This record gives sequence, C-alpha cells and structure tokens, in this order.
Amino acid sequence: MTAHMLTKTAISLAAAAMIVAPAAASVQRDPAYAAARANGTIGEKIDGYLGFVGSPDGSLRAKIDDINIRRKASYAERARAEGVTIEEFAFAQGCILIARTSPGEKYQAPDGSWQTRGSGAARLDPRCPSVG
Amino acid sequence: MIPHRLTRMRRGATAPFMEDMSSLWETLGEAAMRRIAVLAGFMALSACINVNAPAEPIVIELNINIKQEVLYRLVDSAEQNIEANPEIF
Repeated sequence: MTAHMLTKTAISLAAAAMIVAPAAASVQRDPAYAAARANGTIGEKIDGYLGFVGSPDGSLRAKIDDINIRRKASYAERARAEGVTIEEFAFAQGCILIARTSPGEKYQAPDGSWQTRGSGAARLDPRCPSVG
Repeated sequence: MIPHRLTRMRRGATAPFMEDMSSLWETLGEAAMRRIAVLAGFMALSACINVNAPAEPIVIELNINIKQEVLYRLVDSAEQNIEANPEIF
C-alpha cells in the first residue's frame, strides 16, 4: 500500500466518523428512557431534570431517578468550574434541553404546566438565553 | 455662622485665566487665596452631616437580576455537557 493510498484511506475514515458521530448521540439513550420520552410518560422540567407526567412503573422510575442523579453530578462539576450554583447551571441546562425537545415530547412550561412540544418553538422561561 | 465675602471681585474668565492656575493666584492675591482656604475649612467643619444607620438591615435581592446574565454565560458549558454525556440527556 503506497503512502498516497494510506492518506486517502485515512481521509475517508475521518469523513465516515464525522457522518456517524451526530447519529450516535441519540442512539446512546437507554431504550426504556427513549420510549418514555417518546410516549410522554416523562418530560423535561424547567429545573434541568426529568419529571414524571404520568405514573411510571417501578423500573422506569428507578431508571429516571438514576439519570437525574447522574445529571446532577454533571451539573455540580460544571457549576463548580463556572463558579455558579448547581441550581443555576441546572436551570441553564434545562433551557437548552426544553428548547431541543422533539415534537411530541413533554416539557414543563414557565407556569409549571406540562406541554407537548409541537412543531413550533417550546415555551421557555423569559430568563432563558435564546438557544436553538 | 458669620457671612464671609470676598474683598475683591474676580476678573471675568479669559482663556489664559482658565488655562493657567498661576494666573488665578496672581489675580486674587495670596491673602485672598488663604482666606478662601480658611473659609473652605470652616464650611467643611460646619457641614458635618449625621447619618443614622437604619434599624433594619438593607437587603438587596440580586438573585433574579444576576441570573439571566449567568445563564447566558453557561450556554457553552451546558451544550458541551450534552455532547459529553449523551446517554443522560
């Protein structure tokens, strides 16, 4: 194999990796978590955590609690790096997570009510930065 | 308090007067300037204002005002958090 061929192979591999990378993010969700998001059993809350819209079974509740604990750990780490409170970081994260919900998913509106994301923009807290 | 009055009228403002403080000294004279200094000293003494601290502490609620600024600066880190931990978002 010549050096030229090696370079071409490396470039095509890098290109393939770039195509696969964005798709991998949504694949990494636990299937039960993904299903609960899709069917509206759970939703994104204003405070940056997942909440139960309906009444989940025990195994789903345990799974969501676990995700929320891991979310909090990530918020704590980043809040410390940024010099803010965990609640402030979590709230900023919540703004982004609500803004990025897919149509059909549940999210909490500024008044605390559960809303189903439509095709338009989600109702965000007025303090939320404008994020896509 | 005894009313004080300058003994001489000050000359009208001219360009060199305004540019150079030494001409002010010449215009009014050393004695007049000294009197101004003494007068200023009296005024400083007589103008003491007593400030009484309020009985209740002043509480300024900054939490709400600061928050929006804080949120803007956290956006980048929050987006990186999603990329770094896709399984929990």
